[in-house]
Amino acid sequence: MIATAAPVAVSCAGVTKTYGAGQSRVTALRGIDLEVREGELLMLVGPSGCGKTTLISVIAGILDHDDGECLVFGENLRALPQARRTAFRGERIGFVFQQFNLIPTLTIAENVAVPLLIQGRTWRSSIAQAREFLDRVGIGDRWAALPSKLSGGQQQRVAIARSLVHGPRLIVCDEPTSSLDHETGHKVMELMKEVAAGHDRALVVVTHDARIFEFADRIARMDDGKITGLTDRRNKEPER
Amino acid sequence: MRSVAIKMLVGDRARYLGILMGLTFASLLITQQSAIFTGLMARTYGFITDTGLPDIWVMDPKVMFIDDIKPLQDTMLHRVRGVEGVEWAMPLYKGLLKAKLSNGSFQTCNVIGLDDTTLVGGPPEIVKGSLSDLRQADAVIVDEVGATGKLARPATEPGGEPTPIGIGDTLELNDHRAIVVGICRGTRTFQSQPVIYTTYSRALRFAPGERKLMSFVLVKAKPGADQDALCARIAGATGLAAYTTQQFKDLTYDYFMKYTGIPVNFGIAVLLGFIVGTAIAGQTFFNFTMDNIKYFAALKAMGARDGQLLRMIVLQALIVGAVGWGIGIGAASLFGFLLKHTELSFLLTWKLMGVSGLAILVICGISALLSLRTVLRAEPAIVFKG
Ligand SMILES: Nc1ncnc2c1ncn2[C@@H]1O[C@H](COP(=O)(O)OP(=O)(O)OP(=O)(O)O)[C@@H](O)[C@H]1O
Ligand SMILES: [Mg+2]
Repeated sequence: MIATAAPVAVSCAGVTKTYGAGQSRVTALRGIDLEVREGELLMLVGPSGCGKTTLISVIAGILDHDDGECLVFGENLRALPQARRTAFRGERIGFVFQQFNLIPTLTIAENVAVPLLIQGRTWRSSIAQAREFLDRVGIGDRWAALPSKLSGGQQQRVAIARSLVHGPRLIVCDEPTSSLDHETGHKVMELMKEVAAGHDRALVVVTHDARIFEFADRIARMDDGKITGLTDRRNKEPER
Repeated sequence: MRSVAIKMLVGDRARYLGILMGLTFASLLITQQSAIFTGLMARTYGFITDTGLPDIWVMDPKVMFIDDIKPLQDTMLHRVRGVEGVEWAMPLYKGLLKAKLSNGSFQTCNVIGLDDTTLVGGPPEIVKGSLSDLRQADAVIVDEVGATGKLARPATEPGGEPTPIGIGDTLELNDHRAIVVGICRGTRTFQSQPVIYTTYSRALRFAPGERKLMSFVLVKAKPGADQDALCARIAGATGLAAYTTQQFKDLTYDYFMKYTGIPVNFGIAVLLGFIVGTAIAGQTFFNFTMDNIKYFAALKAMGARDGQLLRMIVLQALIVGAVGWGIGIGAASLFGFLLKHTELSFLLTWKLMGVSGLAILVICGISALLSLRTVLRAEPAIVFKG
């Protein structure tokens, strides 16, 4: 298959993570082995508290794991100095959050421009590029509106535009559809598949929502800090 | 990212106004209290300010402030006049004398005796009559506040207004008749007694007989003379103390700073303004940051460097600080302006504005530091938490 031949975007081997110490010690990840390839949309599913958010936080380089190794495009983020890791995130990774996390006092174009502004691009060119991406997600005409004037689905479109605007190669989404109704969630995923997915870009989507599984290339099931199963939906055969 | 920081701050109107209010209040309180304090302290040397003509004041070396009178021998006047560089030197009498009012009661007055021929050392502003009228027999000039207040004739019927004394009225100073020929206006001083100007020789007549009566020698330096050097020469020649006007003001000011509780009391008010301002502004600014913490965390996750976040927060703090400071200064000035014609002392100097600006800067600095600490410590991973 083409997918297996594609270069590896993320590879985790034996990744563990424990929160807290003593009585309040919680082991969130108990040895995760996982590969995400470029051009694929991987869904992470599993019961609440099984460690999905923890895992994508580690993958996105915003949380340090304890043991094991996690490489993103060949970089061991945990070993990078703080500043380099921050810069890596700014260039390579796009984020979509459950609560959208759009800054309420910025217009949606300004919100989308933020990743570019962080990289030091000028205001004008950042806004221009942001509007282009808003066009792509279908709300270009609302560019001057504040997020509060938009519906949840529209806000998530803005968030998707923001996650893409700087051309990242890995996009992580935590429950992107769970604050949306079914139909809107479906549309958002369609958009994600259409706009975000590409042959050199990997998407990792955490979800509870079985109704969007159809958008996945592969589904990784998690329970109690472990990957318990992988389904490749492209050939509908379990991998193991 | 500058624009992002500004929009984050200003976009949230209610919160922004809240922070501004705290800083404005602090700025107002600090500025207003210290302006009143400065005004009050300027009163301590108000008499020196009012006596504008001389460059140098010569007095007993033990004198600690303007109202601390230690009489000099009359011969000292000639010794001072003999010092090289002295353009002129005039005697000044300043002392407390009892005036008998028309209703038979007594009032202590601050009597100033001016050189008979030149009348050097007169009041800054004559409201009625003229200074030269002092040359008439038994003439005195009374200050406006005293004339309408403590020296006024009491009301004839109960509840009525007292009648101010005016030109032509007579007083009795130590059993000597004195005729009011003018009304003057001077800076309010710490002395609450009425001020009475007269000539030097008449003042000596009013004063109870003592060997020494001259309070100060007022000296004008020759044009271009080095005043500090002249002071030193006068002191050397006479064994007296000689101060320039500014030095004498400072001496008086320092005395009041050191030996009265006034500075402490105002210091507490200013400190209170500072603390309350810090508390309110710091608190609201901190809350603002806390409310935005998930956005700051999102910025971090999206690759914002610590330096960028720092600059954003410092910029936000500087904006609220500058605006709050400005409004506070404006409000304090308005306050001073509206109460200009009252007894309130209010002196808002550039230095004070600088000081309050500095105080506000410190407040903002503290607030920004608190906020920054939280933002820099925030785990970017919290962006995924609901
Ligand atoms: N910051 C933290 N400190 C302590 N424990 C934590 C922290 N974050 C997560 N945990 C714990 O780690 C475990 C895994 O949490 P995680 O958020 O990764 O689960 P999740 O699969 O994303 O759950 P959900 O579906 O509810 O979002 C849970 O037991 C959780 O209580
Ligand atoms: Mg989660």
